[in-house]
Amino acid sequence: MKSLEELRAIRESMQAQMGLRNEEGNQTRIVVGMATCGIASGARPVLTALSDIVQEKGLTNVMVTQTGCIGLCQYEPIVEVVEPGKDKVTYIKMTPEKALEVIDQHIVRGQVVSKYTISEMME
Amino acid sequence: MYRSHVLVCGGTGCHSSGTQKILDCLNEEVKKAGLDKEVAIVQTGCHGLCALGPIVVVYPEATFYSMVKAEDVEEIVNEHLLKGRIVTRLVYNETKTEEGITSINETDFYKKQHRIALRNCGIINPECIDEYIATNGYEALGKALTQYTPDEVIQTILDSGLRGRGGGGFPTGLKWKLARANDSDQKYVCCNADEGDPGAFMDRSVLEGDPHVVLEAMAIAGYAIGATMGYIYVRAEYPIAVDRLNIAIAQAREYGLLGNNIFGTDFCFDIELRLGAGAFVCGEETALITSIEGNRGEPRPRPPFPAQKGLFQQPTILNNVETYANIPQILLNGPEWFSSMGTEKSKGTKVFALGGKINNTGLVEIPMGTTLREVVEDIGGGIPGGKKFKAAQTGGPSGGCIPTSHYDIPIDYDNLLSIGSMMGSGGLIVMDEDNCMVDIAKFFLEFTVDESCGKCTPCRIGTKRLFEMLEKITEGKGTLEDLDKLEDLCHYIKENSLCGLGQSAPNPVLSTLQYFKDEYIAHVVDKKCPSGVCKALLSYVIEPDLCKGCTLCLRSCPNDAITGKVKEVHIIDQDKCIKCGVCKEKCRFGAISIR
Repeated sequence: MKSLEELRAIRESMQAQMGLRNEEGNQTRIVVGMATCGIASGARPVLTALSDIVQEKGLTNVMVTQTGCIGLCQYEPIVEVVEPGKDKVTYIKMTPEKALEVIDQHIVRGQVVSKYTISEMME
Repeated sequence: MYRSHVLVCGGTGCHSSGTQKILDCLNEEVKKAGLDKEVAIVQTGCHGLCALGPIVVVYPEATFYSMVKAEDVEEIVNEHLLKGRIVTRLVYNETKTEEGITSINETDFYKKQHRIALRNCGIINPECIDEYIATNGYEALGKALTQYTPDEVIQTILDSGLRGRGGGGFPTGLKWKLARANDSDQKYVCCNADEGDPGAFMDRSVLEGDPHVVLEAMAIAGYAIGATMGYIYVRAEYPIAVDRLNIAIAQAREYGLLGNNIFGTDFCFDIELRLGAGAFVCGEETALITSIEGNRGEPRPRPPFPAQKGLFQQPTILNNVETYANIPQILLNGPEWFSSMGTEKSKGTKVFALGGKINNTGLVEIPMGTTLREVVEDIGGGIPGGKKFKAAQTGGPSGGCIPTSHYDIPIDYDNLLSIGSMMGSGGLIVMDEDNCMVDIAKFFLEFTVDESCGKCTPCRIGTKRLFEMLEKITEGKGTLEDLDKLEDLCHYIKENSLCGLGQSAPNPVLSTLQYFKDEYIAHVVDKKCPSGVCKALLSYVIEPDLCKGCTLCLRSCPNDAITGKVKEVHIIDQDKCIKCGVCKEKCRFGAISIR
């Protein structure tokens, strides 16, 4: 170890991983439906894509988690984004590619990707 | 990259209740479910709730599973990890509320705790230096070496008000200052990890859960006093701690955090382990130092203090594991942050090992000044079976008993001393109405008689005589005169012993004499043990009205002390009875009572 910068580089590369163990309340939660219906429609790659990109970008205030069936099986894979103090946004028929778009637009820039939301897609 | 971390507690408590089996099953099941690239399985240090082990925590949800068995693993993997459905039946009961499952930090056990020394225990993998670095590890060492002078480091520790957590409560900064002031080519930094108090296990948990914090703090201490070599004296009975320390030292050397030119400066520092054979006296500083040198662990008179002439006759500082665990945080957050916690003369937090008659057996870290009642009732979850609190024993064999009248005393160094107990290393044993205080005093004396090194007469012979007097009292052969003699001898031993072991050995007797004299008198005058513990003063009797003559007690008695025929009242022969209590346990009619 030659300098504090070297130490900080290790810390930052680890922090994305350790961010998973963050227990603070003001986190944004990204919830993936992982019941049988979800898994059958391809929720698993969506979940891994989401969790990988969140860690890659070092988004420590974002938690990627799963839930069971919410009753809209025909629209799976479903991803919900819950930001503290804001209304829940529900994205439907997700793919890994769409998921990356949601992270870039919604989570990073704060713009809801309305073309994938349940209200737009059902019309 | 992993989307979920499963943390399995790998402290000694959880280990003995089956952590290894759970880890094996988890690895197998996760692989079977095809999740091995998504879910990381991490073994951590102690979470503190040892009574409810083994503990498994699943992130990112932070679900706290308690008392997990190997058979439960499949369900956790298939339900929680695969489908995102929390296995409610295994979740720690206290986190279940009407609104769903809350954070573990909201439960009574954790809410009032403040974790500084234990901050990483149960959170990081102790065998991975990167995880320690991720939680700001080694930042304090880097800062100290590159931005502070040694005097500034010492001043920071002085300002924080940190006092030694091993029991004595000597200001840590002052100790460092004295060692720095002594000129010498070679100085040493030692760590006392020879935790010997029965019932205390906080140092073990820090070493097992966060070994790097001790290495980092020792290097900081080395920089502050001008030492280049450190020794950790750890007992060989702590195999997991020894293993993890060895791994940590190897990793730190590999990263250049131990060795030459640390952080590109001129500072060089290395650490070696020394395994102790488990003698209680080796927790005393001069005995520990002699033992590191390879001699028989016996204390020597002070002065000279180790800060002047310690290890190999060189200036040496010796701090306890928990003391070291506070150091990096003080440097990172500033002395004001640390001194804002606690009471006027005792700053920061203290870790206690809760044991005895208490629901939440385990490890807690509380701000100084928390009352004993809060620790026992709120954090400890009270006493099992609705029994009444009688006393708490702090400080192990060197401490004393705190009775109900001091239940609301804020815990700090000076308060405990003023009521005849001491902080000690932090063992806290809770006793209820079923404990006999004379018997408790005898238990601790038996321990000190065993552990006295024999170098000085007051301790070697004095504690033995004390023990014999207590034995006499518990056998109902004591007299009132014995009680006076007992007290006199206690004071004599305290004043004349060479080291802390002897000087504090009579404390359990003195404090029980002070607060529970009526129990001593009951033993001596009435020849009775009010709590029903001292066997010689008890007799088991069969109530003729209740006995149905079923012969069950007769058949269970190991010493053939019971006579009687079917459907006739049985009788216990008091001369033959060994008071084992089996008959009372077996009787279905409650016909056997203790008098």
